[in-house]
Amino acid sequence: MERFDDPYDDTRIHVTPAVIEPGHTFDSVTDKISALVLRKRTPLGWWVGLAASFVLTNMMLGTIIYLVFTGIGIWGNNQPVGWAFDIINFVWWIGIGHAGTLISAILLLLRQQWRTSINRFAEAMTLFAVACAGLFPLLHTGRPWLAYWLFPYPNTMGIQPQFRSPLMWDVFAVSTYATVSALFWYTGLVPDLATLRDRARSKFGRVVFGMMSLGWRGSARHWARYEVVYLLLAGISTPLVLSVHTIVSFDFAIGIIPGWHTPIFPPYFVAGAIYAGFAMVLTLIIPLRKFYGLEDFITDRHLRNAGKVMLATGLLVAYGYMSEAFIAWYSANKYEQFMMLNRFVGPYAFYYWSLITCNVIVPQLIWIRRVRHSHVMLFVVAMFVNVGMWLERFIIIPISLHRDFLPSSWGMYAPTIFDFTMFFGTIGFFFFLMFLFIRFLPVISIFEMRTMVPEAQIKEEA
Amino acid sequence: MRKTTRPPLYGLIAEFDNPSDAVAAARRVHEEGYRIVDAFSPYPVEELSEAIGVHRTHMPLIVLIGGLLGGTLGFLLQVYVEVISFPINVGGKPYYSWPAFIPVTFECTVLGAALFAVFGMLALNGLPEPYHPVFNAPNFALASRDRFFVLVESRDPLFERERTAEFLRSLGPLEVTDVEH
Repeated sequence: MERFDDPYDDTRIHVTPAVIEPGHTFDSVTDKISALVLRKRTPLGWWVGLAASFVLTNMMLGTIIYLVFTGIGIWGNNQPVGWAFDIINFVWWIGIGHAGTLISAILLLLRQQWRTSINRFAEAMTLFAVACAGLFPLLHTGRPWLAYWLFPYPNTMGIQPQFRSPLMWDVFAVSTYATVSALFWYTGLVPDLATLRDRARSKFGRVVFGMMSLGWRGSARHWARYEVVYLLLAGISTPLVLSVHTIVSFDFAIGIIPGWHTPIFPPYFVAGAIYAGFAMVLTLIIPLRKFYGLEDFITDRHLRNAGKVMLATGLLVAYGYMSEAFIAWYSANKYEQFMMLNRFVGPYAFYYWSLITCNVIVPQLIWIRRVRHSHVMLFVVAMFVNVGMWLERFIIIPISLHRDFLPSSWGMYAPTIFDFTMFFGTIGFFFFLMFLFIRFLPVISIFEMRTMVPEAQIKEEA
Repeated sequence: MRKTTRPPLYGLIAEFDNPSDAVAAARRVHEEGYRIVDAFSPYPVEELSEAIGVHRTHMPLIVLIGGLLGGTLGFLLQVYVEVISFPINVGGKPYYSWPAFIPVTFECTVLGAALFAVFGMLALNGLPEPYHPVFNAPNFALASRDRFFVLVESRDPLFERERTAEFLRSLGPLEVTDVEH
């Protein structure tokens, strides 16, 4: 039969691929991963990628400079659509970040061993995505140098922030999320930085990694505390990540705009965030494992599992779309009903149906084994989801705003060139940080990979 | 040139190439009555810390305190701002509208717990500590790769250089060496 020619088809051997290829030992795992950082020659592809993302980063910086000098009028949002690309991109990036925390925290608590080889990478993705996300609301204030006004502090103006507003909740949620993600990531890095310190050949490397590793020496007393803290951080990150996207959804759900004011938002946003995040994880690791020869550590099993998580959360998101439409009709509220009709057949209907195609129809391909087992197909589906999740926020934010209660205040929204340079600029910035990360830090948690090799089993004396 | 006096020995260290032998040796060292001991491994080995007598840590309590402190301060901050410092009438709702303060209280709880967890762990571990005598042990660079070490410090009341070295050698290590200050 034809299907047996598929190299990714494992029905012949009836085994689940391992999370680490057989034959690896403590030293082979250590050497292979640390060599990616410590080797002298940098692959040409890395320079090309870094240069391309650097160009985009500069496009972003140029846009920011123009914006700071001119004002946010350079963007397309204006009454009645006051929130557009800035908030879409903020929610999109935050959502992408969430898969990193999910992989590192929730899967750790669920004792899913396959997380070990992708958690470091996914946590870095979280940090960089949150950095990109934070730029948008910061710049949307128009006066980013006054951003500290968001925090309550004794001031001569005699005013204080409003803690009953979801926007204030958002400030605390996102800043806490960024801080905790950075702490979790760095805590995980410390033992690996000690490995790099001990293996670096140059004096410079030893000094830099030595300072970064804080003098970690692998003492059993230290490890005992370390393990408890790592587990507790995972335990507190899990409700944190759920709370962050819940609060992001409150930015809308607490408002009264038709299309925003709906209680399905928190779970639907959280599912969407994980969906988008896993799509981004697949987008990044499929090329990375190929170009860096990490197939032994990031195996077919990782890709399949990520695909399955994407399918499951995609179905939750599809349920969210269904629920929105059903409740709009069932509410018997003409504003809600019009909002839904406006999405289906209004001026932006093309984007609504593109969203349904990208997020609901295309991912159903993952049900098919051949698609799930093909890296190219998984990558293609993940790209559809990346686009779809962006469209989802486009549908929710400007499309709800452009026609609300009063036809006299209706209007149309179109982005300007600077909306795009800013958005694609942050994508470049994200990849710029990612390229620096994969060159200068271990992309896979070395010490956790050591626990996966067979030698790590303690053999008790009889 | 004046001949410098040899600094007193920091301890004796035994090197192993697999975790099972290191755990067995650490247990024997503990049974023998040595208490000022430590073990080193390239990844967390729960049995190894158990073997040298580390059964529990104070970390969970520290994290709990951090979380409670963060949450309490976060809540009180909001009450201070919205009730005392800058009361604003929003839709006739009470100034002390505590349900609206829950999200930020939760975030502050998580922030407090996470900061106490990481900085508490570093403080109890005595890190950052750029220099430590154990780094003088030959092959110790491999403790972050594939070797396991069991150390008996000279401060231990039972420590006698010859006897302890012989005892460590009897545990089947690759090597037993002096660790200098």
